[in-house]
Amino acid sequence: MALIASFSSKRTPNSVPGKTETMTDIISLPNSLRSQPDANGHFGAFGGRYVAETLMPLILELEKVYKTAKADPAFDAEFAELMRSYVGRPNPLYYAGRLTEALRAKAQPGKGAKIYLKREELNHTGAHKINNCIGQALLARRMGKKKVIAETGAGQHGVATATVAALFGMECKIFMGAKDVERQKPNVFRMKLLGAEVIPVHSGSSTLKDSMNDALRYWVSNVHDTFYIIGTAAGPHPYPELVRDFQSIIGKETRAQIMEAEGRLPDMLIAPVGGGSNAIGLFHPFLDDLEVAMIGVEAAGEGLDGKHAASLAGGVSGILHGNRTYLLQDEDGQITEAHSISAGLDYPGIGPEHSWLHEIGRVQYMPIRDDEALTSFQTLSKLEGIIPALESAHAVAAAEQIAPTLDADKIIVINLSGRGDKDIFTVADALGVEM
Amino acid sequence: MDRLASRFAVCKSQGRAALITFVTAGDPDVAATPAILDALVAGGADIIELGMPFTDPMADGPAIELANLRSLGSGTKTKHIFALAADFRARHPDTPLILMGYANPMLIRGGDWFADQCKAAGVDGVICVDAPPEEDAEIGPALRAAGVHLVRLATPTTDAARLPTVLNGASGFLYYVSVAGITGKQSAAQASIEIAVAKLKAATDLPIAVGFGVRGPEQAAAIGRIADGVVVGSAIVDIIGSHGDAAAPFVQTFVAALRDALHIRETAA
Repeated sequence: MALIASFSSKRTPNSVPGKTETMTDIISLPNSLRSQPDANGHFGAFGGRYVAETLMPLILELEKVYKTAKADPAFDAEFAELMRSYVGRPNPLYYAGRLTEALRAKAQPGKGAKIYLKREELNHTGAHKINNCIGQALLARRMGKKKVIAETGAGQHGVATATVAALFGMECKIFMGAKDVERQKPNVFRMKLLGAEVIPVHSGSSTLKDSMNDALRYWVSNVHDTFYIIGTAAGPHPYPELVRDFQSIIGKETRAQIMEAEGRLPDMLIAPVGGGSNAIGLFHPFLDDLEVAMIGVEAAGEGLDGKHAASLAGGVSGILHGNRTYLLQDEDGQITEAHSISAGLDYPGIGPEHSWLHEIGRVQYMPIRDDEALTSFQTLSKLEGIIPALESAHAVAAAEQIAPTLDADKIIVINLSGRGDKDIFTVADALGVEM
Repeated sequence: MDRLASRFAVCKSQGRAALITFVTAGDPDVAATPAILDALVAGGADIIELGMPFTDPMADGPAIELANLRSLGSGTKTKHIFALAADFRARHPDTPLILMGYANPMLIRGGDWFADQCKAAGVDGVICVDAPPEEDAEIGPALRAAGVHLVRLATPTTDAARLPTVLNGASGFLYYVSVAGITGKQSAAQASIEIAVAKLKAATDLPIAVGFGVRGPEQAAAIGRIADGVVVGSAIVDIIGSHGDAAAPFVQTFVAALRDALHIRETAA
């Protein structure tokens, strides 16, 4: 398959043709791809701190607090204990035997890679989002902030934030597009049950990016007592770094688990990418293992010629929500609306580290359409008894295309970032089923 | 002396603060903007801030956000904004013009392109809301090379330790954002503004303009007694929101009231 062939020629970062400034960064960091960002929060040409002056002092303070926390064994210990006793980690790395066999049956003899699922959907609240929320709540407490805010699309990050706010006894406001409030009533009710206030956002297109705008507007007006729990590995430095670090527990566990199961590293990691926090969490601990290929799966929506949310495949570098990264935008730099059947991928940007990994060729990004994800949503449900989140179904769809092209002794790990209970209404609707 | 410095000098000689007025380019549409800009000048505005619309104006409250959406909805493109600026410069050779907006529309074609366009259109300065000093490399060097001022923002959260960072590379004037918040919402207490302006004046020779939450003549007058410039935006944008294409005379009347409040008898320019 072309994707794999192009990967093997690109797997050594130093041999990758790229922008000159990107090359310089690699040359200055010869030993590791895991030491980004630089002191100013830049991942190559991406990242940074593009925020209003009002927020700068807080961002700088957060950076300082995070550095101290990172070096504090007590912080690490508390995070680890909550991951164990509250989130339910480590979650399993599961060999998806029936999926593997079904794909082998369609492949050439000797082909059909072995597929494992990293079961993030078994976490408390049903997705990877909680890992990050707990980490940021610990930071909020360290900074003496008793109020937290968050943006949410379908409500997964909102629920995870409301959950940790309850856990830590913090006041919580969730900004959610008015359209999403209407469409995601169960999650809205969950957040309220957890004690959070849900604020419908009517500005702009009333979707995820607008709820992020309004969360930023609220934050800039309440910086003195409020901590913003950003839901993905994006936003101004140090958010992309700290969200990645908290989510890296996914990759660290995967590494240990695959060594135990197979005695070696996997050949390929596949994860869905909206903002990209679950993907960077899985990928980051493996970035220096150049024999491990990595595929980030972008939401191609109705197709790259139509409405989609594939920022890398269909966007260019720009500045939004505090960072420089690939964005869907027009020639004047106006942000265009994203579309994906999966609300969690429905965002016109992507985390800056992914933009960098894309440019240096370390990670390949592959678009998967709504209809492909819908099919895989059903396939995994029927073959493995696991209903995946629509986000995760994108990664499953990519694996279904790639696995049959690889030798049977190859190993793929898919990040099953969330469970699909939240999506059954959307899926029923798309399939024309009355519930 | 450039246009900005001259205007602040004139105002100072008249014993008053400069009146700085903000409108969004292309609000409600490109065709209506020249008349609105002329109304600002006719009403007595000293300096014009022309907003570059953006789909995601994160630092703005509802009034200016709606103005952004009205402008983009009526088809305003970046090329129209520079044409509006160049035409304004031809009609008003002495009135300073500042472009204010967000980094993405400014930098999508690169900082050098943007700075060249500003220079060619006779734009005197730029305020880029989401390019703090830490990201100066994106825009600062290009503007300075083109001789266009980069107006920086100081806020209630900018403490004494940080202020030198903000001032380093700032020129034209210093814009004091009087509330930790978004445009057009709450207003700061006069006393807190006075303390802040005094601290800023001790740290720089740049003129200090105060904005955010300045809604009417009385407040403008109070701030004008301590600052070198007073910025009024949302209140004017609200008038355009109400009157659309026919807003120019209403804008002029309101601006004239602001200007009267700054205790001025002479006519500027």
